[in-house]
Amino acid sequence: MSPRKAKRFNPDRDVKEWAGAYRPYDILKEAFVALVAVGVLIVLLAVVFSSPDDPAVTLKSWSTSDPVDFAQTAVTELDGTSPLATYGPPYNTTPDVTQHIGFFEPAQWIGVHQPINTAQDFVIGPLRTLSNEPLVQQALDAYDSATPTQQSTWTTAYEKAVANATDVHGRLQVPHARYGPVGVVIGSLTTMAQSGGLDGTLLSQGQFYNTNYTKPLLFIANGSYLNNLAGAQHLQGTQWGMMNETGNYPGQAWLWLYTMWYQVPPMKTSTNADLEVWAIMMALTVVLIFLPFIPVLRSIPRWSRVYRLIWRQHYRSLA
Amino acid sequence: MSLDITTEGDASSSEESRQWTARVRNAAATAFPPDRLLPDRQPAYMASWIYVFGVLTVVSLAWVIITGCVLAVMGPSWWHVSGLGHFVNSLHLWSVEFFFFFMVIHLWGKFFMAAWRGNRKLTWVTGVVSFVASIAAAFTGYLSQSNFDSQWISTQAKDGINSTGAGAFWNVLNFGQMLMWHIVLLPIAVVIIAGLHVLMVRRRGIVPPFDIEPKDHGDTPSAAEPSE
Repeated sequence: MSPRKAKRFNPDRDVKEWAGAYRPYDILKEAFVALVAVGVLIVLLAVVFSSPDDPAVTLKSWSTSDPVDFAQTAVTELDGTSPLATYGPPYNTTPDVTQHIGFFEPAQWIGVHQPINTAQDFVIGPLRTLSNEPLVQQALDAYDSATPTQQSTWTTAYEKAVANATDVHGRLQVPHARYGPVGVVIGSLTTMAQSGGLDGTLLSQGQFYNTNYTKPLLFIANGSYLNNLAGAQHLQGTQWGMMNETGNYPGQAWLWLYTMWYQVPPMKTSTNADLEVWAIMMALTVVLIFLPFIPVLRSIPRWSRVYRLIWRQHYRSLA
Repeated sequence: MSLDITTEGDASSSEESRQWTARVRNAAATAFPPDRLLPDRQPAYMASWIYVFGVLTVVSLAWVIITGCVLAVMGPSWWHVSGLGHFVNSLHLWSVEFFFFFMVIHLWGKFFMAAWRGNRKLTWVTGVVSFVASIAAAFTGYLSQSNFDSQWISTQAKDGINSTGAGAFWNVLNFGQMLMWHIVLLPIAVVIIAGLHVLMVRRRGIVPPFDIEPKDHGDTPSAAEPSE
């Protein structure tokens, strides 16, 4: 068996072990001093700047603060035209909407795993729980028994009417039009939301304890209310919001590269932007992990000569 | 006819050498002799402020864990209703900010030192993986705030996660799931990977400067890797 052949020395891969001087170094003392120093710093910053805690938006607060936006959103949930109703996997089976890069279409391959029927889950189902309100139940019966064409006629008429709706001291006032039972349905849902009942109903999943807020969050996210609040806090995607925080606090600044890709073409206007940015970031992460194995890239530190700044005392001692 | 005689001591020694316990102990003792695990001296070239950022990252992580544990003791709603809880949350937030600030400087410093040289590639790899795991841990922390910020972040982030197909199983809108990832799974991952990273640093030592390679870059010094 022949000994393995020694490889040629590569300065970006190999080193000759240090045979020079050593100096005393108390590693535990250094760690203790660092622990105390950082502890003092975080206490100081916590005392001076505290931390943000803007209260969560609820269906109650949304429908009370902006009942018109709530009603406009609710009717799109009922007629299946909301962003969520047409989202596709993992929520529903809307065809040809999943993001893809060529043939690579993972969301479509994996399919629906959190099924949501916006009309049933957000509007009809919750209102059916109001069994002691016959007018609401009659309106739902009328809507349910109508043909899809008739339902569409009513919801379209309501969407036009609610565009001119007004908010009178928190009460929704929709101009009269030929929208059939939809006026009662959406009006009742708005009242239910304003009472706080819709929050509990959407959160309930047939058991007492629940920590899954998927449905109420998706409903709230479909409206303009949450979006407007986020815009005022410079949190939207076009505002590099991914790395921002409410108020003037530092957020996830380490996500700067991730959010940067959304600001540049073609991702800026691409319908597949999320998947494209993920693909780029995964590729860059793999490159970063395996950087020591990649010729040229692993030579950049030697070429940059920044190391001479880091080890300047060492190089001064050699001079 | 010969007779093999095995003494009791030989048998015991042979059996011991085959033990998993003995093998692990011997490997650990070889890889981490006490003066390497807890050194009281370092090479003279290790004289730069950049070296401080490694230990600053580790102690910041310690503060992240300590403050996170206090929040965990009182539960996820405590900091919304208690002044003390809010203060602990502030400590947690700022320790996270420092953790990432120090870690990024540490990472750039090690990049410009080409700190993977001399059989230290796995040290670099574990460092980057712990960085990535830390980003995931912080992200789930932001999702677990249970306030407006977490609502906005989750409803926006879902599109990115869903586009990869992972959203079918890893639901950023599910507070309970994200909280469990934040306080159990990801901290375990970060601590284990960061722990391995620190052990590798202790095993291989600090990478030497560029200038001590042989001038002619010819064949073979002892530290050139035999194979790759």
